Amino acid sequence: MFSAGVRERYQQDLRGIEEAGLLKRERLIESPQGADICVEFPPGAPVKRVINLCSNNYLGLSSHPEVVAAAREGLDARGYGMSSVRFICGTQDIHHRLEERLTTFLGTEDTLLFPSCMDANAGVFEALLGEADVMIADRLVHASIVDGMRLCRAQPDTFKHSDMGHLEEKLQEHQDKRARVVITDGVFSMDGDVAKLDEMVALAERYDAMVFVDDSHATGFIGRTGRGTHEHRGVVGRIDVITTTLGKALGGASGGCVSGRRELVEMCRQRARPYLFSNTVPPVIVAGALKVLDLIGSTTERRDKLEENTRYWRRGLTELGFDLKEGESPIVPVMLYNAKLAQDVARDLYAEGIYVVGFFFPVVAKGLARIRTQLSAAHERHHLDAGLEAFARVGAKYGILGKGRKEIVETYGA
Amino acid sequence: MDDLRTAIRDYVVREYLEEGDPRTIEAETPLISGGIVDSFSMVSLKRFLEKTYKIRIPDEQASPDAFDTVSRIAELVERIRKDTPVPAP
Repeated sequence: MFSAGVRERYQQDLRGIEEAGLLKRERLIESPQGADICVEFPPGAPVKRVINLCSNNYLGLSSHPEVVAAAREGLDARGYGMSSVRFICGTQDIHHRLEERLTTFLGTEDTLLFPSCMDANAGVFEALLGEADVMIADRLVHASIVDGMRLCRAQPDTFKHSDMGHLEEKLQEHQDKRARVVITDGVFSMDGDVAKLDEMVALAERYDAMVFVDDSHATGFIGRTGRGTHEHRGVVGRIDVITTTLGKALGGASGGCVSGRRELVEMCRQRARPYLFSNTVPPVIVAGALKVLDLIGSTTERRDKLEENTRYWRRGLTELGFDLKEGESPIVPVMLYNAKLAQDVARDLYAEGIYVVGFFFPVVAKGLARIRTQLSAAHERHHLDAGLEAFARVGAKYGILGKGRKEIVETYGA
Repeated sequence: MDDLRTAIRDYVVREYLEEGDPRTIEAETPLISGGIVDSFSMVSLKRFLEKTYKIRIPDEQASPDAFDTVSRIAELVERIRKDTPVPAP
């Protein structure tokens, strides 16, 4: 029973989270996702039209009319829900069609849809590895990979972020294991840097290891034709497992997949618990995702525009004197180091009509607070110019323009 | 710092700090609660201790609390070594 004492305990825990400045509050968006959105924040405040610079809507397809129309047709043709997991009575022809299309797009051997990429990551390791194996992960991989590794009986190990020397040491150390898997994000979600997949694959081939990549922040736009990090690094066909999402660039609804070597995907079909025990991806999302693949398969226009927007935004912020994390992806972190400063700057930017969010410990390491800006192909030049003007005003207010880590930390603390 | 503590400290620096990291590790520096070692990466530290000192650290003793400072880790190693019978020559 939920006694007064139990309630009090939870209330105390929640107060603790709030006092530590870690309470997350949702902001109500009263429009479709896009470059311009209408937001009610804080709750009860008048709805305000702002420029969105923090979504994963990289290709601007979340509310694209053709995607919405295809989803609507899918809804009419195949219904709203399947009321089943995949292997009982939840697999339609369109699920298989989407899996085939993703296999072709990613340049792999086979693909299996999951309710989300979080679910794919939660299930894939346990399905593929056992006690005799080792998982060697980059220290900055996404939380869902960490959770998936925790659910697996294989031995976990980590290497310093993007440090190939350290990875090689670990591969040497684990030569006695039955199987080795090197695990990385393709594009790292908080820093926006791109994994050195070419070097990683070379090491993996030398030390007989498989390579696993979560390409959620890359599929659809990284690489010359948007296939992902493996295309960007020239290793298509040499990655053993790719997990990715339909919830970001590919329409942004939900759903994810495991794609890769045929036998590995089949093992997931037989053993991955989130696939076995969770509902099938709804037909409406499958229909929308098929249209997304049509759109991005016929032209690279959107990913090219995103690349150009990223260049323009990065150059603009650099010229203003902001301290940015180096990178080539549309994730552009503006480094502020101090957690309170990151929150204050984000609040003031919102007042200026720019929607961004401050990130700080435990989401990123202590003393590395930041505002993560994310570009979209939906952004037009006027959005970016308005964003740069707002950043210039707020940056000047806090005296951080032209200042690096040392000076910002001296003024605001770590 | 004695030899045991120095060896543990050196391993922590080598394994967990990035090049150019300004932080220094002392005997009482909080490693896990201080965000230097996350509980997931702690596994390699446990393996290093087991291999180097030829001991077996039971999982229930390899807690984030017991691994939080170089001193506490050294105490854990000393305790386990004392309790482990030395094989006859």
